[in-house]
Amino acid sequence: MDFELSEEQRLLKESVERLLTDRYEFETRKRYMAEPEGWSRDIWRQYAELGLLGLPFDEKYDGFGGGPVETMIVMEAFGKALALEPFFATVVLGGGFIRLGGSEAQKKELLPKIADGSLRLAFAQVERQSRFDLFDVGTAAKRDGNGFVIDGAKSVVLHGDVADKIIVSARVSGERRDHKGIGLFLVDAKANGVSRRGYPTVDGLHAAEISFSNVRVGADAVIGEAGDGLPLIERVVDASIAALAAEAIGNMMSMHELTVEYLKTRKQFGVPIGSFQVLQHRAVDMFVALEQARSMAYFATMMAEEPNAKERKKAIAAAKVQIGRSVKLVGQQAIQLHGGIGMTMEYKVGHYFKRATMIDTLFGDADHHLAELARLGGLVSAT
Amino acid sequence: MDLRFTPEENAFREEVRTFLKGALPEPIRKKMVESRSLSKDDIVTWQRILNKKGWAVTNWAKEWGGTGWTPVQQHIYQEEREMLPAPDPLPFGVNMLGPVLIAFGTDAQKKRFLPRIANIDDWWAQGFSEPGSGSDLASLKTTAKRDGDFYIVNGQKTWTTLAQYADWIFCLVRTEATAKKQEGISFLLIDMKSKGITVRPIQTIDGASEVNEVFFDDVKVPVENLVGQENKGWDYAKFLLGNERTGIARVGISKERIRRLKSLAAIERSGDKPMIEDPAFRAKIATVEVELKALEMTLLRVIADERTRKSNRPNPASSILKIKGSEIQQAITELALEVVGPFALPYERNEDGRLKNEPSDGPEWAAPIAPTYFNSRKISIYGGSNEIQKNIIAKAVLGL
Repeated sequence: MDFELSEEQRLLKESVERLLTDRYEFETRKRYMAEPEGWSRDIWRQYAELGLLGLPFDEKYDGFGGGPVETMIVMEAFGKALALEPFFATVVLGGGFIRLGGSEAQKKELLPKIADGSLRLAFAQVERQSRFDLFDVGTAAKRDGNGFVIDGAKSVVLHGDVADKIIVSARVSGERRDHKGIGLFLVDAKANGVSRRGYPTVDGLHAAEISFSNVRVGADAVIGEAGDGLPLIERVVDASIAALAAEAIGNMMSMHELTVEYLKTRKQFGVPIGSFQVLQHRAVDMFVALEQARSMAYFATMMAEEPNAKERKKAIAAAKVQIGRSVKLVGQQAIQLHGGIGMTMEYKVGHYFKRATMIDTLFGDADHHLAELARLGGLVSAT
Repeated sequence: MDLRFTPEENAFREEVRTFLKGALPEPIRKKMVESRSLSKDDIVTWQRILNKKGWAVTNWAKEWGGTGWTPVQQHIYQEEREMLPAPDPLPFGVNMLGPVLIAFGTDAQKKRFLPRIANIDDWWAQGFSEPGSGSDLASLKTTAKRDGDFYIVNGQKTWTTLAQYADWIFCLVRTEATAKKQEGISFLLIDMKSKGITVRPIQTIDGASEVNEVFFDDVKVPVENLVGQENKGWDYAKFLLGNERTGIARVGISKERIRRLKSLAAIERSGDKPMIEDPAFRAKIATVEVELKALEMTLLRVIADERTRKSNRPNPASSILKIKGSEIQQAITELALEVVGPFALPYERNEDGRLKNEPSDGPEWAAPIAPTYFNSRKISIYGGSNEIQKNIIAKAVLGL
């Protein structure tokens, strides 16, 4: 049992953090947000140069050869910086599908392009009615010769507005809520019949509503096995939740640090407000919530690629519960302890709070995962 | 970063489990499972079994009978014991006094007391708290005045757990009225058979009489029973309290209690279904399981850090273990109370805590459930209340 980073991992951490400290000041971030796509192309190139965009891919596809720990390191740093670039959508989610489910040809074609920064991906999964159920897929993929024809609409596709290719979950057979019969398709964003409407999200990122009308794809667009896509979706989403957990840690560390600093400097009644015990204990509650979440982010990282699907699901669900509960407590108290200034758009802490809140919602909030964990029998065996 | 145990550690766990399972007398295990109180004889019997194996004082220096295990092995041993569930070795001698004597005691004190602690030939009690000195322990007023080769001790200790069985008590006493209250305190070993000692039981809300008041009225204590230097007792007390950095998380106990909770919830029915199939109740259990897993990982972080940590100061994360560990233990007793339903009410004990009433028609395991819930409220109070723990974190970790 060892929680230490290897020498190589420490170097990775240092170089990412250095880049973000130099180039991601809060004021600079505001400039990136004002760019047409809402993030910085220049920084994106620097991620590519550092090897971050090929982080989880095998070296033979020009990747960095990293595992869940490397992803955790980078996502935590992005959480601290409130990074805006489509790393999660492209590398973790999109790259996850290709890496874990793609054919050799797909890997050879796509992974190097992700790694060099020239290809962006998005995962189109949410539908109007699906809520957090990954299997609830109404979008249809009808067989047409060797290929498929896709019809349907997807919502809140993270960074779907800038994706070059979209990975779509669509139903090959069965009813809308069947676990079987789902396929994953790689669709060119410019293909005939694809229309999308991008918009900013409340956390400062971007997403898109995307509709598919009679979109034809070839057999080579299928990722994995058409009709048995759910296990792959769950694998990729679980690994992505582990990454989000790490982002949440970086985010909460910043909220906690800002808050404790504020308690030490803000004076009322002639003394720093941090001298008041009620506020001290609130700051401690935040610390405890953060450390418990960090422990679960480590657990999620360790279990992200666990081959036993049931054990993996339980671990990831448990981690998402803890992350959801912790971001709520840490975020709400960060605003409360800052008082009025915490409510303003010009101050940093509210931006962390908003991103943290959206992390709870992404891929299932705490209550969703708690019910899922309970359904799977919990973590402690009854016998 | 690799959060798995090594094959050697897994083999060690297997060895520990096999031994404990074979060695623990079934009547003791049954009492532990049902949260019934143990007799003095139960505790002595079990500790002597462990001592014979060489596993009663695993945390001590090797020359005094310790095992030299790594922090991970110590953790595995405790967790396996708790999950069986088996009793702890009596903590007052093994975890509290023993390490203090090894670090600060005279050779004569070590030779005289340590082997008898290990074999529980002497039953030790802890004399720290006083009626006026709880969280503010250093304000203690029990005095020890030097008179030739003796100290004369006067005052009162309270919350003294199992003092009714004690042969000896280690006490913090005031040997000098100093300006700074921490500076005039000494650490004394007192024979409970001394003239002038009175023990009076305190009955707690669960009906048990586990804790006591201990009165000292001109009690003569030989000066050779002073530990370390006079007026340095506060340092030894801090050392004592700082020694128990990881055991307080009680992860093994909580795992075992959740396992039992689930098995009881599979028997008891709500409507036409076992309670365990009620999604709302199941979610409540799952909530505690998540908290417990987070605590376990936090505990392992602290343990892993012990190996590499250079400074002697506790890991900041260790302060979390007491707070979360107590909250989780309490939450589980609360859920057990829900499971037992109306049969939480019948009370088996008479007011003197000894005689049993006739049992109700409820399940055989029902009677201790409510008392255990009431009793468990103490966990967030003793050993530095959770509010004191938060003060510590605010100051030592957050710098507030």
